[in-house]
Amino acid sequence: MKTKADFLVEIEQKPLGELVNQYPLVEDFLLNMRFDELPREVPLYQGILPLDTSHLAEFGLGKITLLDELAAFLQMFFAEEEKPLKAGSITVCGGHDKDGIKENIELVIRAGDIISVVGPTGSGKSRLLGDIECLAQGDTPTGRHIRLDGAALDEEQRFELGGRLVAQLSQNMNFVMDLSVEDFLRLHAKSRRRRDLEEVVSRCYDCANELAGERFARTTKVTQLSGGQSRALMIADVALMSSSPIVLVDEIENAGIDRRKAIRLLAKEDKIIFISTHDPLLALSADKRIVIKNGAIVRVITTSKQERAALVQIAALDDKLQNIRRHLRLGDVIEQDLTD
Amino acid sequence: MKLITFAGPPSSGKTSVILQLVKCLKAEDKTVCVVKFDCLTSFDHLRYKENGVPVQIGFSDKVCPDHYFVTNIEDVHYWAKNKGYDYLITESAGLCSRCSPHITGVLGVCVIDTLAGVDTPRKVGPMLKESDLVVVTKGDIVSQAEREVFAFNVRQVNAKAKVMFVNGITGQGAFMLSKHIKEAAEHQTLQGNTLRFTTPSAVCSYCLGETRIDRIFEMNMSKRLEIKE
Repeated sequence: MKTKADFLVEIEQKPLGELVNQYPLVEDFLLNMRFDELPREVPLYQGILPLDTSHLAEFGLGKITLLDELAAFLQMFFAEEEKPLKAGSITVCGGHDKDGIKENIELVIRAGDIISVVGPTGSGKSRLLGDIECLAQGDTPTGRHIRLDGAALDEEQRFELGGRLVAQLSQNMNFVMDLSVEDFLRLHAKSRRRRDLEEVVSRCYDCANELAGERFARTTKVTQLSGGQSRALMIADVALMSSSPIVLVDEIENAGIDRRKAIRLLAKEDKIIFISTHDPLLALSADKRIVIKNGAIVRVITTSKQERAALVQIAALDDKLQNIRRHLRLGDVIEQDLTD
Repeated sequence: MKLITFAGPPSSGKTSVILQLVKCLKAEDKTVCVVKFDCLTSFDHLRYKENGVPVQIGFSDKVCPDHYFVTNIEDVHYWAKNKGYDYLITESAGLCSRCSPHITGVLGVCVIDTLAGVDTPRKVGPMLKESDLVVVTKGDIVSQAEREVFAFNVRQVNAKAKVMFVNGITGQGAFMLSKHIKEAAEHQTLQGNTLRFTTPSAVCSYCLGETRIDRIFEMNMSKRLEIKE
């Protein structure tokens, strides 16, 4: 593994242009300090020699500390390949309900599992997800313990993983960036430092279009996508590009997206999926459903044969509805008998 | 007593995050007081009062907010310590992006929100660059991709800081924040401590109330905007 000193040698020896080619993030580093016109054909330290020190001082740096800071920056981002976060399984060990009564459960959830979480508002669904997100060790209000790959975690690991384990997908989410779909995906891929940048961007784009009812172009602005298209793009992006091994799906709207395909896509990428929903199609698509009442898990139901059979009927109904929606959108007249 | 400095652009959610944090600390029987530094007007002290959090509020008015902060921090620290609180949290808004209230050896937190745009971390300056913890708010209403890009942009500016998402409304994430806050150092006094970053040199005639625009009214130092062709 490269040390900071190794990077310092590279910074001192390589012309800036070469350094930027090798580590594109150097460009951002310099731009963040308003250095956009440095000579590329000489090493950085030569390029900054003629500059006024007051410019650097505004960023709390001097000519030598700038090199040092850049070396630390490179070490942070390039010393080793980013290890992908993995969760082979998580185990939820019971705590207690809102009245302090023991929650008798030890539930193992594996990568690729789809779990729906049901219960009335305020019953404690988000608490459960919150516990998983911070890898509770008996120190949250529920008293639950969460194990990752069968092991309890120490404080340092929790700090390290905290907040990065769970990706979220919800109805309330929007795109706020003013970018085209393509640039948006590229930016995300760049932040993940994907080497297969163009490939993953293409896969994401194709996949989102497959999920969305209506196609959109690579040049469409993300802010101009319809609700269904936005959701499709978010799901494809979480499946193929997000670093988080656990995905929390908090309802996906009915219109304009193939929900079952979306969930299957996430599961295929070996993610653990929690669906918090009242939509029968989604709730029954899960392998298991967790029933929450008064702050505790009271039941874990494995989707039965009968429920799976019901799912086929529900799916048929859903298809019918989607179909009618599509026809209406195209300006057709609905002539088929809706009762058959 | 532990001191924590909170900074962040206006309306980024500092008060909401602090209130969620106080809830977590109170659950462990810790006492927390807040000092809010603001420029002209603020209603945040009312929210603290509503939630039973002891609060002091100071307005910098015509004084540079950063100079105002640094010349008052010792007094409020003394006050809070004598009152016997376990934690003093200072909240400063209206600091210009050039500045930061963070003090060497004192846990410094920067609060920014995802709605302000993905490039915001690159523009915020020393209050972000010099902080130990970066709390990102309003993450529940933007896409996961934007959250990840946002966190990445924060790391580009401040690779040392821990970045965490806290929902100021539901409190999601506040628990992990409280665990970090508990690691903050104890301070008997702030004498001898230093600011992590200089405050701007505000010693011209305009600092003293001059309003007329003309070079003849400029006294002392001034910095000319360089106009490029």
